[in-house]
Amino acid sequence: MSASGGSEFGLQAWFASRVETWRGLAPILQSLERKHRHSPADAAKAIEMYRALGRDLSIARRILPDTRTTQALEQRFAKLHALIYRKPHDWRASTLTLFREEIPAVVHELRTAILWVSLLFALSAAAGWWLVSTYPELIGLLASEEMINGVERGRLWTDDILNVVPSSLLSIGILTNNIVVSLMAFCVGVFFGLGTFYIISMNGLMLGAIFAFTHQHGLAGSLAKFVVAHGFVELSVICIAGAAGVMLGESLIRPTHATRRESFQKATAKTSRLLLLCALLLIGCGFIEGYISPNPDFPMINRLVIGIGYWVVMVGALTGRLFGKRRVGV
Amino acid sequence: MNAPEVTLQSVTGVDVRLRIAGAGSRSFAFVIDWHIRLILTLAWLFGGTFLFFGTVALADIDGEGFSSAYLFVVVVPTLAIYFLYHPILEIAMHGRTPGKRIAGVRLVTREGDIPSAGALLVRNVFRLIDALPAAYLVGLTSVIFTSQHVRIGDLAAGTLLVFDNTEKETSFEAFCNAQQQGLSPQAAELVYELLDRWKTLEEPQRREIACNLLARLDPNLTVHSLVTETTADLHDRLKRLLPGTGLT
Repeated sequence: MSASGGSEFGLQAWFASRVETWRGLAPILQSLERKHRHSPADAAKAIEMYRALGRDLSIARRILPDTRTTQALEQRFAKLHALIYRKPHDWRASTLTLFREEIPAVVHELRTAILWVSLLFALSAAAGWWLVSTYPELIGLLASEEMINGVERGRLWTDDILNVVPSSLLSIGILTNNIVVSLMAFCVGVFFGLGTFYIISMNGLMLGAIFAFTHQHGLAGSLAKFVVAHGFVELSVICIAGAAGVMLGESLIRPTHATRRESFQKATAKTSRLLLLCALLLIGCGFIEGYISPNPDFPMINRLVIGIGYWVVMVGALTGRLFGKRRVGV
Repeated sequence: MNAPEVTLQSVTGVDVRLRIAGAGSRSFAFVIDWHIRLILTLAWLFGGTFLFFGTVALADIDGEGFSSAYLFVVVVPTLAIYFLYHPILEIAMHGRTPGKRIAGVRLVTREGDIPSAGALLVRNVFRLIDALPAAYLVGLTSVIFTSQHVRIGDLAAGTLLVFDNTEKETSFEAFCNAQQQGLSPQAAELVYELLDRWKTLEEPQRREIACNLLARLDPNLTVHSLVTETTADLHDRLKRLLPGTGLT
């Protein structure tokens, strides 16, 4: 090709001087991306590359705008930017900080919402009890026909559950379902909190209605015996997840940051930490519900001790005391 | 239409521009991932069932044959593969999945960084909402109507789906090779464009453009000498100028 002018010749020379450096970038970037722990030499090399590439990109944007060369340099620059700005990982320290500091701080911030959501749940349960006590036929809207027939024959649906499904599998099914319900109660908070109110109310309504229905057939005691070991924590966790969902809704209604998007994102980042603990607690609930709750050999007092004990553990975890957080003196 | 961009400031003073992927690239990546996920799931289910029962026809198996071991070794992992495919691969592959890689997109934070495991988990939890009422209707609507083409999971996690096209890597390598042959970046760009559009151009048009371009790039050639060559020869001459493009 003929060199049509000095500027083009200069461009050719600059391109020629840089081309080998650019060509060598891809394998270096790949190795930096794959590595989890970088040495100081790696970091220094990456920063040096970042500066050099920044200079080249700046020139390329000016003299070769909208070309593939510039786009490829931009892509490599963006990758290097992401690598350099990646936050350092210290899993042990960050996990400890999460459970000791961050989750208790979120719980503290959410304490009012937790109380309101728990109240809503309790009121819904009372409403469910009243509705089914007053209009018994309404149970058909809330429970399956099989469940209703069983109770009318004097048997709870939980009585022979272990004969049908092994405890281990029952636990996995239950804990998965509970986690999904809690996550749903949280996520639907995105509909300005209304979705969360609906899920909490419906769960409360169903609980109250089913207790009323079993009470009418003299089985409320048996149902309470089944529920007591896992119910305290399970219901508390659903209320906590609901409170987290309410916070999401509130972040959209009353933004705490410049934009609703930013406010929503910050609220999600904050509350999702709490959900992690909720999921862990529900795993414990699932195992209790699979192994202990349906086992008729467990006496009521043992179930009560397990239920209250696990609830105390939950409070310890939510306040961070379980993970070594010390009470701050006043 | 050009893809929207997000511009990030860096300490070098040179801003980082990321091109945001739209609904098309996002759906393309999802469909590929969905197929991979389905194949893996079915392979595990049928492979495991065959090892346990010597047949893959579930209907022929007696219900009591489904032991705890079968449920734990076959059924639970099958469900885990299906439901945990996205979160696990996105975390392990730093914001990518096989589908995203093929579609040439990746996830980044709004600061251009690689998203944290927490952000990726949040993004996936919100699939519960994005998937409503069916076929990701909420998510797709959100992607179409938001300026940065994000679904609710991305809004919650603070992530963006940006282009990370490997095609540019190939063309970049070809441009570097072209430089060694004395071709300027602008000329290499023109040759690449022509090769890229070769099949879509009409025969007389591509011949005319190829002859003019080759004559301008090589002083020893003239348009008159080139018009006698076959289209395949012209195509070969262009490809020799840009070795390693991968274009056919």
